[in-house]
Amino acid sequence: MNLWWLMLVCGVITFGIRYSFIAAEGHYQPPTWFRRLLPFVPIAALTALTAPELLLVQGEIMFDGGNPRLWAGLVAIIVAALWRNTLLTIGSGFLALFVLQRI
Amino acid sequence: MTRTESFVLGLRSVMPLLLGVAPFGVIYGVVALQSGIPPLVAMAMSSIVFAGSAQFLLAQLVGAGAPLLLTAGAVGLVNLRHALYSASVAPMLAHLPRRWKILLAYLLTDEAYAAAIPHLIAVKPNSSQSALAHWILFGSGFGLWAGWQLATLAGVLIGTQLPSNLGLDFALPLTFIAIVVPMIASRALLAAAVTAGAVAVALAAMPYKVGLFIAALAGLVVGAALTRKAKK
Repeated sequence: MNLWWLMLVCGVITFGIRYSFIAAEGHYQPPTWFRRLLPFVPIAALTALTAPELLLVQGEIMFDGGNPRLWAGLVAIIVAALWRNTLLTIGSGFLALFVLQRI
Repeated sequence: MTRTESFVLGLRSVMPLLLGVAPFGVIYGVVALQSGIPPLVAMAMSSIVFAGSAQFLLAQLVGAGAPLLLTAGAVGLVNLRHALYSASVAPMLAHLPRRWKILLAYLLTDEAYAAAIPHLIAVKPNSSQSALAHWILFGSGFGLWAGWQLATLAGVLIGTQLPSNLGLDFALPLTFIAIVVPMIASRALLAAAVTAGAVAVALAAMPYKVGLFIAALAGLVVGAALTRKAKK
């Protein structure tokens, strides 16, 4: 199997997915329900990426002290809700993780 | 905001994510070499495919000698969620010439999208700002692209001697939290987040990250359904 070909095919597929709706915009009339979904994309997609990182340890849900990332994540969520500051959120999360890993 | 200011805003916004992405880039470089992929090909893959988790998968499947069709299909599934980002930014890029659309689509990763989207949403449609808003996405996309190339190069060059886990990857979920939490301004948005998170955890064992895509879709549907009810 030619590695370059495989890479090219995968590159084209990846680009095609990312280009799909951007290219189609203006050339089709999406139904109204479709437009109504779009405001939820950032929150739904990014939470889907984040939740497993916090809740799962090697594929298992872990709610206790064996999962410091969950508690550090919760600290970050509270800080983000209160102060809406990116660096403060990241800093508090890392600090919480650092402290939790040492007790 | 000028062109440069927009670009720098995007670039700055992606920096914390770069902190989390860089270790992945280094590890990808190492894994690719271990799978028998030549250094030049491993590097080229980072600019031709340019998709973190898909590249890991590619390296593993190549190492395992999987057939081309299966590998390509798996890469497509892993990247399926990017179609959502495409749909999300499409209306904001509608006025651009094709070369811009191609460039921004090529750069449309999780991180570039996440870093730019709060700023893109804040721009009023058809305002003077909206004509330059794509520079924000270009800034975040370019920043991530450059960081990914450098990290891959580092992985290919220095390889295994790097301390494997410094915990820097935690910067990714933390930055996503910093982006998402302030955006939750209604019950529908909160419901979308809770649904997407719960489904993603429940379906985490599904292969090729299909669970992530289904979780995001579930979040969209619940959010939209709740807005509709509230309006009635």
